[in-house]
Amino acid sequence: MSSCHGDPPRAGLLPNPNILPPQPRGERPIIVAIVGPPNSGKSTLFNRLTGLRQKVANFPGVTVEHRMGKAKLKGHQEVFLVDLPGVYSLTPRAEDEQVTHDVLKGERADFPKPDAVILILDVTNLGRNLVLAAPVLSLGLPTLILLNMADDLASRGGKVDIASLASELKSPVALISAAKGTGIESIQQFLLGTAARLNAPPTRVELPVLQSVPECRKWAANLGKRASYRPPAPPIWTRRLDAIFLHPVAGPLIFAAILVGVFQSIFTWAKPIMDHLQEAVQFSGVWMKHVLPDSALSSLLIDGIWQGVGSVLVFLPQILLLFLFIGILEDSGYLARAALIADRTMSKFGLQGKSFIPLLSAYACAVPAVMATRVIENKRDRIATILIAPLMTCSARLPIYILLIAAFIPNVKLAGNFLSLQTATMLGLYVLGFVAAVLTARALKSSILKSTNTSFVLEMPPYRWPTLQSLSLRLVDRAKVFLRRAGTIILLVTVLLWVTAHLPLQGGKMASLDHSYAAWLGKAIEPVLKPLGFNWKIGIGLISSLIVREVIVSTLGTIYGIQGDEHSPGLQAALHQDLSTAGAIALLIFFAFAMQCFSTLAVVKRETGGWRWPMFQFSYMLVLAYSGSWVAFHIAQHFLR
Amino acid sequence: METGKTEKGAPQQTLAELRTGQRCVLDRLDLPEDMARRLMELGFLPGNEIVLGRRAPGGGPRVYRVDGSEVALRRDTAARMYVRRDPESDLIVLS
Repeated sequence: MSSCHGDPPRAGLLPNPNILPPQPRGERPIIVAIVGPPNSGKSTLFNRLTGLRQKVANFPGVTVEHRMGKAKLKGHQEVFLVDLPGVYSLTPRAEDEQVTHDVLKGERADFPKPDAVILILDVTNLGRNLVLAAPVLSLGLPTLILLNMADDLASRGGKVDIASLASELKSPVALISAAKGTGIESIQQFLLGTAARLNAPPTRVELPVLQSVPECRKWAANLGKRASYRPPAPPIWTRRLDAIFLHPVAGPLIFAAILVGVFQSIFTWAKPIMDHLQEAVQFSGVWMKHVLPDSALSSLLIDGIWQGVGSVLVFLPQILLLFLFIGILEDSGYLARAALIADRTMSKFGLQGKSFIPLLSAYACAVPAVMATRVIENKRDRIATILIAPLMTCSARLPIYILLIAAFIPNVKLAGNFLSLQTATMLGLYVLGFVAAVLTARALKSSILKSTNTSFVLEMPPYRWPTLQSLSLRLVDRAKVFLRRAGTIILLVTVLLWVTAHLPLQGGKMASLDHSYAAWLGKAIEPVLKPLGFNWKIGIGLISSLIVREVIVSTLGTIYGIQGDEHSPGLQAALHQDLSTAGAIALLIFFAFAMQCFSTLAVVKRETGGWRWPMFQFSYMLVLAYSGSWVAFHIAQHFLR
Repeated sequence: METGKTEKGAPQQTLAELRTGQRCVLDRLDLPEDMARRLMELGFLPGNEIVLGRRAPGGGPRVYRVDGSEVALRRDTAARMYVRRDPESDLIVLS
């Protein structure tokens, strides 16, 4: 169990994972590639070996991603590990197979040929997994074969003789459990010996014709037989759970209950933490005002930067909670069942079940969602999913939603203690985003992205307990991305806004908001916004949130902070000076539809290979946002009068 | 060109015509090269036994047990996979 405790592999950070300079052997670090089929536990192993410090990077020119990390060995030796995309074979057909193939053959100019390979296979299905050993061994590189999920194999009554498998394959073979960390020491041994093995002549193994799937499969089956492989009994718990989760009646009900439960708990659990954070930000702001001398600089520091960045930071708990739930659903294997249940419904909108996974992630953030569309093989389905993902209510919309709803929607009970008008409005916005997304998908799939047949092939992994390590790694990863955003782009926009809101200088004093550059800009676009019920101050907010939508709240904070008197009425109350309830509803609709996120546009550009789709997406969503809020404003005005 | 009939002349069954719990042996795949190869890598090789698992609620894709794992396919894909059945082996596999 705790065999790895003695000398845990420590990790370092590779300075620039993408550009390892081509150096002669002996001078450059040793590179070991981790290869394996999808769902074989490749990433779990990689995380265990490299720890939290690793880098994700794209190969230039393709959308395939790889991760690099450093594993420290005994005696201060270091080995770079590269986690290649999961593949069933090395036949270069799909893009990820091509990349894996090219890297392993040393045919990529931008990446040095690995010195050794760690091949990780799921031992609970050795017959099918061993097929990949044939093309990998044919490379002639020193190879360590890891049979993962040994704990599963043992508990379900399977067995395999690794000594005879090793002698058949003329390579070291080890049984491990990447999730539990057993057997990991064999990797240390292998990696330590890699340098010595580099100059040894490659051993010859008899291999099948690599092009023929049936031949390879027969070879693998024979190997398994000679290694007296006994496959494990079927996963009883998976069958039992599927009987519930895929039950004709209970299945969809549980599916709906899980979705509702996730969103419900995000709001109720995160709220106390967020309230405390909010207080802390305000408290420290007041404290700093006392400590720092009253000057322009302290105003920039406190009203500009601290309040601005702080108002965004408050949402970290909520975002992490959403990612935690998605992580649990994915790691446990339920997400594949969810995709199966969703397939029929999604097919009505021209999409497929696999679109469900990225669309669910889009509720947290569209950036990882766009990357998650890679599971969809059909290109047109994939682009359609990418185009609609930003319409799902991402966590960056929450700040403005919460602010406006708290300020303008009365807290009336609708159904006892279960539903208030505020909660219903929030739910309504989620539904609105979803409806807009599926209708857009439908329109796209019956016009420019029409495709005749969409295939749906989805492997159902057995259910597993999510591991704490994998979940915490996801959360740390997400928190880093969020904090980096808050510390760079959001900080920059906040500072820019503060500066434009205080300049030009008038008689040596800072301008009041009415006479600032920001006001001039806001007033310039006011005519366009008037039909939506927004004035120039909201206009400033919209301009500042064009790149990062969550900045709107801190912008409004800055605007009213400037005007605020001794007894600052608070942002909610201040908003009532400039926004009618109809205008607030229109603003909510605008944020529901508009593409105010440069990060998403950038990742869409990368994933679709050009500016064509992101530009289309931006314009489409802007038109939708403008017309949507125009309609909402006029309807609301009519009814609220 | 294959006629879709067995040697005995009986019409050949497809995977889509079977019910949950039934077993069969895959005969051939009448699918585009890419798709066929992908399915073969997942274990849908001619000669392999397939057990029909659950169908997604509301008539969605069905789960097939093949080669030690479970893979879900839509009906239109299954309808182009021809199978042989031995009536003797037609026992219902309890979940």
